[in-house]
Amino acid sequence: MFFRENGQFKSTYRADMQLLPIAQDRYFVLALVAFAFFAVPLLVSDYLYLSIINPFLILTLAAIGLNLLVGYCGQISIGHAAFMAWGAYAAYNLVQRVPMLNFLVVLVLAGLVAALVGMFFGIPSLRIKGLYLAVATLAAQFFTDWIFARVKWFTNYSSSGSVSTAPVQIFGWTIGTPRDKYLFVLGVVIVFTLVARNLVRGHLGRAWMATRDMDVAAEVIGIRPVYAKLTAFGVSSFYCGVAGALWGFFHLGSWEPLAFNLNLSFDLLFMIIIGGMGSILGSYLGAAFIVALPIALNQIPEKLGVPLSTAMASNVEFMIFGSLIVLFLVLEPHGLARLWAIGKEKLRLWPFPH
Amino acid sequence: MKRTWRGALAVVALAAAASLATSGNALAQANEQFFPVLVYRTGAYAPNGVPWANGYVDYLKLVNARDGGINGVKITFEECETGYATDRGVECYERLKAKGPSGATTFQPLSTGITFALTDKSFTDHIPLITAGYGRADSVDGSVFGWNFPIGGTYWDAADILVQHVGKKLGGMDKLKGKKIALVYHDSPYGKEPIALLQERAKLNGFELILLPVTHPGVEQKATWLQIRQQRPDFVFLWGWGVMNSTAIKEAVATGYPRDKMYGVWWSGAEPDVLPAGDGAKGYNALVFLAPAGKGQVHNDIVKYVYDKGQGTGKKEDIGEVLYNRGMVSAMFGVEAVRKAQEKFGKKPLTGEQVRWGLEHLDITPDMIKKLGMAGFMEPIKTSCDNHEGAHAAMVETWDGKKWNVVPNSRYESDLKIIDPMIRSSAKKYAEEKKLPTRDCAKEDGA
Repeated sequence: MFFRENGQFKSTYRADMQLLPIAQDRYFVLALVAFAFFAVPLLVSDYLYLSIINPFLILTLAAIGLNLLVGYCGQISIGHAAFMAWGAYAAYNLVQRVPMLNFLVVLVLAGLVAALVGMFFGIPSLRIKGLYLAVATLAAQFFTDWIFARVKWFTNYSSSGSVSTAPVQIFGWTIGTPRDKYLFVLGVVIVFTLVARNLVRGHLGRAWMATRDMDVAAEVIGIRPVYAKLTAFGVSSFYCGVAGALWGFFHLGSWEPLAFNLNLSFDLLFMIIIGGMGSILGSYLGAAFIVALPIALNQIPEKLGVPLSTAMASNVEFMIFGSLIVLFLVLEPHGLARLWAIGKEKLRLWPFPH
Repeated sequence: MKRTWRGALAVVALAAAASLATSGNALAQANEQFFPVLVYRTGAYAPNGVPWANGYVDYLKLVNARDGGINGVKITFEECETGYATDRGVECYERLKAKGPSGATTFQPLSTGITFALTDKSFTDHIPLITAGYGRADSVDGSVFGWNFPIGGTYWDAADILVQHVGKKLGGMDKLKGKKIALVYHDSPYGKEPIALLQERAKLNGFELILLPVTHPGVEQKATWLQIRQQRPDFVFLWGWGVMNSTAIKEAVATGYPRDKMYGVWWSGAEPDVLPAGDGAKGYNALVFLAPAGKGQVHNDIVKYVYDKGQGTGKKEDIGEVLYNRGMVSAMFGVEAVRKAQEKFGKKPLTGEQVRWGLEHLDITPDMIKKLGMAGFMEPIKTSCDNHEGAHAAMVETWDGKKWNVVPNSRYESDLKIIDPMIRSSAKKYAEEKKLPTRDCAKEDGA
């Protein structure tokens, strides 16, 4: 009823090809963006920014990156935290060693460094597939853990191997308060979301999806697998690199190689599996699920006034979190994004379902 | 089926909304001093985290029950589980920092990784961090690290003291020349902290330093001990935490490396570290800097005022363990800092900034230690803006299979001639990297 495109006639190709062809969708997303930029800063406390919203946004960006590779191109990677690490350390070194660079340039360069490394570790994907590739990408993870823990140059010879950053300045705007960080990260994430949406419906995205669905067929119709797979690795690592730089500078502030360990890689993978593979929206939903839910679960007993010991509360958190993951995967294997799509479909027919 | 997931979704949404909606709206209650308690009672490090947390909380309860708070200002506290993970630690910090009428008093994360992350935030939030025996060694320099207080000792002190001790055992520091010392360390900021000093010492005393990292959580050490078997170091320094410690001792037994040549830092010298290794741990040595195991007047008070009233946090028979005592002494620093600051700012809830003044003017004399009931459990502490550490001595203790015994005549002070220049230059580098303003301590301490 609310969600029907009746009467919305497209008279030009341009109108037909826009990102969100249904008017209701368009207004909803615009309203959401406006809400995020103007209303959220008025409503939200510092705690929410620092503990939930900022990490959620940054990990969303990383999840989008991983989704481009796993969801769209069908190449599994369980080492994507490594590319975040490359982005973070590249940004740290650029800021330390070339202080006159604008941070936006640093972000892009950090992404490029991660992209190069990602393409290098993507080379095995040309010969191996599926689970074997997943294991090969583990190499990226362990190599990265090793190099940042052992090669002192990357950490500017810090005695403990931990690096720390100064507040970022862009065009005289010092991004210091949680709100400033939020606004900056939000801007970056929205820009990259738009780019991703456009990429996946352009020729590159089509090439990826063709490779994902059947690589032999894709080759027959003229898609070069080398090109498709390596661009997927490159773009995906670029996203993760940028996310890593944001994670380091705007979320952690100071970090050690352990911050980008295998657990983070798994978290990213869980995000896209739970959120929905091959869906940008799924990346958002999955990141929200993984970031916010454990923290919310941890606080529920206390908010409800149930006297649980600290240890018990955190064990309960693990149990409920684990069972919710199983529950969602059983009920909808295609992820939260699919649930959303089903909901939209139903709204379209409501109140007269077949 | 449809119903089920709708129901599940609704529950999740409600739960999320409920927990997110209310945060940070601390009730403005009068005359209470809020102590946030960052603990880890679960995960790989829980065996060590639990006794520390129990000691910490028990002491706060004792001050309330016995003295009615700090000069009449009641202590309130709230635990938050970090699991020793930096990200959750930061989340806990943000959750608790604004609670209570005057905000959090002081944070004690018991994790070097979390300390690094919180140090960053302290410059804007102005809440002191007490890191008794851990954290950044260079944070002794209060002119740069305005909010860190590594009271009682840093890892550089610990490493220096261990070198002094093995030097003495060999019959003189010059005998160290040509010897091999292996450092088996937790591959995290915690384990890496002592490396800088040991390298300096290796240059100075002419021993060879072998660095053997162990990855988190440290249950897999076969490769490490294979290397020890091949290289046969004269001494092994152990910089572990949690299960890594007991695993190392077990591996030493398996490799046949003599335990009496193994020296642990003070975080590798508690009951949970040696008990799992059984008899094999006999002869193993470790440092003890603040609280050795045992009981004193304060423990009797804790039993009388807290446990006998059914308010105890842990088990009664665990009172007096090494880590329990250390948690207790750590809590005492926070309490005494508040007491000191009350002399200047009045007997009311104090802000983090005011508590810092107290921490910079702590003067815990032997008399006071006796009054606190902690005679024999700590060194006198005297801090200032320039010196956030207050004391830099430690003793060596040996495990006899049943309990820890302090080695006679083994009280050492670290060599400030070596450490101090390192602290100053490292702190300076940090300030430059972060573009931090420094304080003029000569002026602050003079005033």
